[in-house]
Amino acid sequence: MSFLTYFINGLSLGSIYAIIALGYTMVYGIAKMLNFAHGDFIMVGCYVIFTIVATMGLPPVAGIVVAIILCTLLGVTTEKVAYKPLRNAGSPLAVLITAIGVSYLLQNAALLIFGADTKAFTPVITWQGIVLADGALKIQGVTIITIVVSVLILVCLQTFINKTKAGQAMLAVAEDKGAASLMGIDVNKTISLTFAIGSALAAIAGALMCSAYPSLTPYTGAMPGIKAFVAAVLGGIGSIPGAMIGGLILGIIEILGKTYVSSQLSDAIVFGILVVVLLVKPTGILGKNIQEKV
Amino acid sequence: MKAGRFSKKELTTYAIVVAAYIICEILMLTGIMSSHMKGLLVPICYYAIVAVGLNLCVGILGELSLGHAGFMCVGAYSSALFSYVTESAIPTAPRFIIALVIGVVMAALAGFLIGIPVLRLKGDYLAIVTLAFGEIIKNIFNAIYLGTDSTGLHFSLKDMASMGMEPGGKIIINGAQGITGTPSDSNFTIAIVILLVSLFVVQNLVSSRDGRAIMAIRDNRIAAESNGINITKYKMLAFTISAAIAGASGVLFAHNISSLTATSQYFGYNASIMFLVYVVLGGIGNIRGSMIAAVILYMLPELLRGLSDYRMLIYSVVLIVMMLVNWSPKAREFREKHLSFLKIKKEAK
Repeated sequence: MSFLTYFINGLSLGSIYAIIALGYTMVYGIAKMLNFAHGDFIMVGCYVIFTIVATMGLPPVAGIVVAIILCTLLGVTTEKVAYKPLRNAGSPLAVLITAIGVSYLLQNAALLIFGADTKAFTPVITWQGIVLADGALKIQGVTIITIVVSVLILVCLQTFINKTKAGQAMLAVAEDKGAASLMGIDVNKTISLTFAIGSALAAIAGALMCSAYPSLTPYTGAMPGIKAFVAAVLGGIGSIPGAMIGGLILGIIEILGKTYVSSQLSDAIVFGILVVVLLVKPTGILGKNIQEKV
Repeated sequence: MKAGRFSKKELTTYAIVVAAYIICEILMLTGIMSSHMKGLLVPICYYAIVAVGLNLCVGILGELSLGHAGFMCVGAYSSALFSYVTESAIPTAPRFIIALVIGVVMAALAGFLIGIPVLRLKGDYLAIVTLAFGEIIKNIFNAIYLGTDSTGLHFSLKDMASMGMEPGGKIIINGAQGITGTPSDSNFTIAIVILLVSLFVVQNLVSSRDGRAIMAIRDNRIAAESNGINITKYKMLAFTISAAIAGASGVLFAHNISSLTATSQYFGYNASIMFLVYVVLGGIGNIRGSMIAAVILYMLPELLRGLSDYRMLIYSVVLIVMMLVNWSPKAREFREKHLSFLKIKKEAK
């Protein structure tokens, strides 16, 4: 029974990674850039919720809504100010470094405003959860809600991308920017929309993550951000179901590895799995197959 | 490689390093340099070294590596382990030289082993796998426990107790606390010598036949292959040398501080990203540029120390603005139009 508990915890952590990875993979698919600041959008979302709920005493729902709005604005603004001028810079590394700069900027701004000390995050989900099998299996409310929310987001995103005009425009821009603009698609608007969705997802992920692991520092978002990116690559970057699968695999392996193998080596195990998968299938689980022969 | 036939560009690079060295020495002798600045000299050197090494991988080979902090970690740990164990047995000078060789060889070996699978991948996939390897290396070093007692060597990846050591045994590597008490064998002069050697290795490689083969692979893999260039060999060569140089930088790192720990600040992906920032700001493929960028960017937060809390904020803004000004096509156009009188003769790529 304890295995099942750990497995469900892994599923929950994996769902958080999956939500972050969805944002990552969309942005990567469309802008062909690693948005290293994506993890820090999560942190910003968490601090916004923290301020509104703990400091101002407003209900958690208000906190989440404001966090989503602010993160969306932050994502779109960042793209406009820092990434867009470098879109045709010649080297993809230029915008990567700018993203790193944005990441430093957000972390240090948070450090200045909120200080370096760990803030105890008030969980936004107060539901205690359910008890199954005569108390042998306890599932926390936040765990269930996280899994449900991530599935909902996946379904909504898939429908949005496959059934709406804006979603189809995204696919077109991801495939070929030049051709898309010739077909009358506003490339700038589409990229902004992608950043908006990705950043909103980061805020949701932040709310869920900090409810499950309630300690908040300016560096809270960095490691989950990187792990989510690993998840996106694992599932095949650019693929939305891939990000979901990658995130879930990563979360489950991390929790099981931590429990059964070694808590110190859990990250090594996670990254080890990534290496193995990419060596067998270089473009990820659901990625398109292009192999570089050496 | 033809020694003795240096281009003007290469000679200028060496001259800059030597001049910087002499200036620093004079400042130290006359007592103008503060002790805080003196403490920064060796770190500046090892970051310059790792930037030069990474530029070989990113600029010349054209493969984005985010795992060089891991190679640095391998060099640091292997050499520190040697120096720590043999501290009383071998005098300082030969000990440091052997430690350096061990660090460089171990890092090169790690680079070689990791290069075999990694170089099969491409672009961002390659970047993320090097990042993964870097994190794995850091994680493993954080979990190693090593000690000796009368019954011999004890090793564990779990905790101190599971080594099963006798009481009174000597702990060499204490998990996350790392190696404490490495002799401080490095100094500014040694650091400068290693920097010069690294520059020499990379610049010579670039202007050699091998270097041209590596750049040919970067520019067009298929064309290079059809001209009979052994892709695997040259990719591995560049990657391994790049890792070895990162290892040399790690040796300096380990022998500059007394307690070596595999913290994410120094050996995590953050550090690898920082090295990449040096390389990109210095100019991808421009060896001298990456060295200078490493020096400036390392110094910048220190020079801004007076602004205390705001310094890292300013650093990040400077980073973003520098990238926008340097790379955005619009800013370039503006410079061409209005600032052409300022234009310095650009080096050929």
